[in-house]
Amino acid sequence: MTTYYTNEHEWISVDGDVGTVGITKFAAEKLGDVVFVELPDAGKQVKKDADMAVVESVKAASDVYAPVTGQIVEGNGAIVDEPAKVNEDPEGAGWFVKIKLADKGQLTGLMDKAAYDAFCANQ
Amino acid sequence: MSEASTGSLKKTPLHGLHTRLGARMAEFGGYDMPIQYADGIMAEHNWTRTNAGLFDVSHMGPSFLSLPQLGGGDEAHRKVSALVEKLAPSDIAGLAPGKVQLTVLLNETGGIIDDLMIGRPADPARAGMLYIVVNAGTKENDFALIAAAAKGHAELRRADDRALIALQGPKAEEVISGIFPEAVALTFMNFIRLEHTDYGRVLITRCGYTGEDGFEMLIPAEHGEAFANRLLEDHRVKPIGLGARDSLRLEAGLCLYGHDLDETKTPVAASLNWMISKARRERGDFPGAQRILGEIKSGVPSKRVGIKPLGRAPAREGTEVQNMEGETIGVVTSGGFGPTVNGPVAQGYVDTSYAKAGTPVKLLVRGKSLEAEIASLPFVPARYKR
Repeated sequence: MTTYYTNEHEWISVDGDVGTVGITKFAAEKLGDVVFVELPDAGKQVKKDADMAVVESVKAASDVYAPVTGQIVEGNGAIVDEPAKVNEDPEGAGWFVKIKLADKGQLTGLMDKAAYDAFCANQ
Repeated sequence: MSEASTGSLKKTPLHGLHTRLGARMAEFGGYDMPIQYADGIMAEHNWTRTNAGLFDVSHMGPSFLSLPQLGGGDEAHRKVSALVEKLAPSDIAGLAPGKVQLTVLLNETGGIIDDLMIGRPADPARAGMLYIVVNAGTKENDFALIAAAAKGHAELRRADDRALIALQGPKAEEVISGIFPEAVALTFMNFIRLEHTDYGRVLITRCGYTGEDGFEMLIPAEHGEAFANRLLEDHRVKPIGLGARDSLRLEAGLCLYGHDLDETKTPVAASLNWMISKARRERGDFPGAQRILGEIKSGVPSKRVGIKPLGRAPAREGTEVQNMEGETIGVVTSGGFGPTVNGPVAQGYVDTSYAKAGTPVKLLVRGKSLEAEIASLPFVPARYKR
């Protein structure tokens, strides 16, 4: 299983042709306390770099973008019921959706862990 | 997520302290201000509701309007009050010594230029002076207006180079009693001036912007940080940023100028009729009086109300409000998540026929129609010390 990162601070961890997507620890810290999450329904088609979910802190709403094109397999109901899970474990239990990838070739345009850490250091 | 350059922003006397406390800073009203500290908005909000929160509000615009000669008793107070009553609809002349009043500056059509606080000193030797505090983002224009209205009769002296520090929350009184014992006797919307060995000349007002009991203290800039540090040494006190200040005031049903109030709104539309005193209604001698008195008598097309989204999704500023038939009836002017309510809260303007508490409405959030209802304000009961 390999994890990739976007410059919009999403991560995608790929197993076969399904990727689990969430927001990074860096993004969760920037957002602050998450109070509301809106996820796409299973079966929905999402497009790389288009908004697919919403995450809201006390202060503001932010879009979450699809790191790849594909179809939503499932959303993480646990973070809808308990949005604070996103802050507690953003890169684990606080995952957002699972996406069935349409084109695994899109992954090559994303960052690996080292590149992403360097990217954050410059933010 | 980008952060604006803060190079040209003004700094309060507590700026260095915020930086050392690890605050996340951002622009507000032309100042580089703390939005939150390490604990985050939710924890800061809850701390203020249960303990005591320290807020740097030095970006606001405290000032003094004074006749050339002070000490002329009620007559002097009436004289200086008449100057600001040209701009505001409240009974400033009728203020008891030591009392402060929330009011608004009006344009000639009755639109709200700003909301502000005006106080009459308790000390008879200072009769003929008013303590005036305006908002940060509007202060240059406000000061110019007040100075022009007073020209030739009284002088406006700005005090916005000083530190203005608020301590808010159920434990604020206990904390303050150890430093300024005189302040304990103050009730809500009263102020005193005192000399303190360590902090010099201090003005203390029992007021705030959170719905909680608390104090706002105007302190010489050079003592601001030492005073803030003394408060922070108390285990009951934590520093609170503007993020929690906003969620606290939203739950308390208080207005934020530039969002819930602006020049297109009259005090009647803003549901602030109580500011317009009986004496002033009878005299009808404030800007826009004709329109405002007409609105008091015959009603306004739309007015400010509380709006409670019934689900979990917050409705932010600009959200369209619809009736059950899907017709537009208003707009949200501020909205977010209320940590004490533990759910979304908002306020906005709706057609008056829908303004009654309990009326079901819909909110158009990201293209979806969400259930909500008109709610009476505040969302969290005030705990002022009357």
